[in-house]
Amino acid sequence: MSDNVEALYQEIILDHYKHPRGATPLTDAQGESFQVNPTCGDEVTVGVRLDDAGHVHVGYEGQGCSISQASASVMSELLEGESVEHMAEAERAFLDMMHSKGAGEPNEDVLGDGIAFAGVSKYPARIKCALLPWMALQDARLKAGIDVDKAATSEI
Amino acid sequence: MASPLDVQRIRKDFPILGRTVRGDRPLVYLDSAATSQKPTAVLDAERAYYENSNAAVHRGAHQLAEEATDAYESARAAIARFVGGRPEDIVFTKNATEGLNLAAYAFSNATAKASHGHAVDPRFVLTEKDSVVITEMEHHANLIPWQELCAKTGAQLRWIGLTDDGRLDLDQLSLIDDTTKVVSVVHQSNILGTVNPVRRVMDRAHEVGAIGVVDACQSIPHMPVDVEDLGADLVTWSGHKMLGPTGIGLLWGRAEILDAMPPFLTGGSMIETVHMDHSTFAPPPQRFEAGVPMVAQSVGLEAAVRYLEDVGMESVAQHEHDITEYALAGLQELPGVRIIGPTDAVDRGSAISFVVDGIHPHDVGQLLDDRGVAVRVGHHCAWPTCRRYNVPATTRLSSYIYNDRSDIDAALAGIRAAQEFFGVL
Repeated sequence: MSDNVEALYQEIILDHYKHPRGATPLTDAQGESFQVNPTCGDEVTVGVRLDDAGHVHVGYEGQGCSISQASASVMSELLEGESVEHMAEAERAFLDMMHSKGAGEPNEDVLGDGIAFAGVSKYPARIKCALLPWMALQDARLKAGIDVDKAATSEI
Repeated sequence: MASPLDVQRIRKDFPILGRTVRGDRPLVYLDSAATSQKPTAVLDAERAYYENSNAAVHRGAHQLAEEATDAYESARAAIARFVGGRPEDIVFTKNATEGLNLAAYAFSNATAKASHGHAVDPRFVLTEKDSVVITEMEHHANLIPWQELCAKTGAQLRWIGLTDDGRLDLDQLSLIDDTTKVVSVVHQSNILGTVNPVRRVMDRAHEVGAIGVVDACQSIPHMPVDVEDLGADLVTWSGHKMLGPTGIGLLWGRAEILDAMPPFLTGGSMIETVHMDHSTFAPPPQRFEAGVPMVAQSVGLEAAVRYLEDVGMESVAQHEHDITEYALAGLQELPGVRIIGPTDAVDRGSAISFVVDGIHPHDVGQLLDDRGVAVRVGHHCAWPTCRRYNVPATTRLSSYIYNDRSDIDAALAGIRAAQEFFGVL
């Protein structure tokens, strides 16, 4: 196994793939988005809700490769119960990391287990897999009327 | 039966097979159903054309124009000979997708013209009472043009279903009935590997007066094919899957059918007379070759055809049968691996799709790639076929004349390593 592939398939990613967190649809979502990667058929549906206390709730269901499904799991774990500001910050940090081509140091404070996806950015064909749930999240929260930071989302 | 080919000698003609990938891994190329690699003879022919004879064809009064035209028409003749057709019945297209669109647009253009009182051949005019029949194992290129045709004309799209073991369900041939105006079917499936009894399907189409179309992309590169024997009216395939360049495809048509078809792409080179308010069109094949064509690619494709003739298509088919049997047996010995498509090598080509329990095809492909093994993953532009077999995607091995059993061994070892890595054994 090459170093690059070891970096791609971090233990954390394989663990989230085999034991996904939060992988249930949100029954009371205010916004929902279905995204598909037409080249390989990966699918994910993400729902979001903002409660009265200003906390975000994220649910999803999907099927696909380890990268796309682990990414959805990490995302939901990272954002569940967090503030809108934290969601916007995490979204921006994840996108920046995926477009970094392997350069730059991801911020673990913001991304948590999400930093495990840094190695994915070296494989152009897999970046789409990792971004799929985040694109669904962005679309779902716009549908829910949660539009906190246009600058954070204009790059997709 | 063992392979009749000297694969090691053949490999020397393909410089790309000598390179390494992902660091220092020797390339094991098992993605020829997507596109084949090109021998030096093809590259040399294209280069020699550009260095010596490059000019626009079918026009110009100078020597280079004559030489370029000769090269282009010589390629047409060589390709015609290769598939048992006449040169004047061979149309150059950009690729097979364009060939299938050319066929589908013959119907929608004729239908649109008829609605405005233009004289067209009624066999190409569709109404809501008509049907178009395809199969459930078509590449998107032989599905979407017909979907669009039906959306434009109101005709009904029907498809012949598949059996659990990856064959056409021939009991459903009765879907081809008196309402059917066109039947389009793949000769060899790009995802399942199945070789279909196209003659039987085409004969059924003709019984009801329908036009028969065959997608031969995966068959003509891999076995001897005589277009007359297929019993079709139109046959299309691509150059780049048969050792030729990208950017060139072929459409063979029965002369009487081509002659009855309205043009698809229009403009220069395809006309007879032009006035401001109307034009008349050249006879086939020029009617279907608008604009300056792909001359260099045609020269490259002629070199590819000559290369395959030297190897011998019977030998190509026998070699691939051997490697297919070997790969099918090897895959079936692996626990947790399931072949999608026929599991024996009878009426079957060398494209083999499979799924590995617990590992998504994208991940299988990634781990094979890490070992230098190039395969295709995904739905292979046959999404409805994947759905039929309840898989989101597959991994596909596809071999050609430059592959041998050691390449299959490398793939099998890679699959085992992927299973260990993902802990699914």
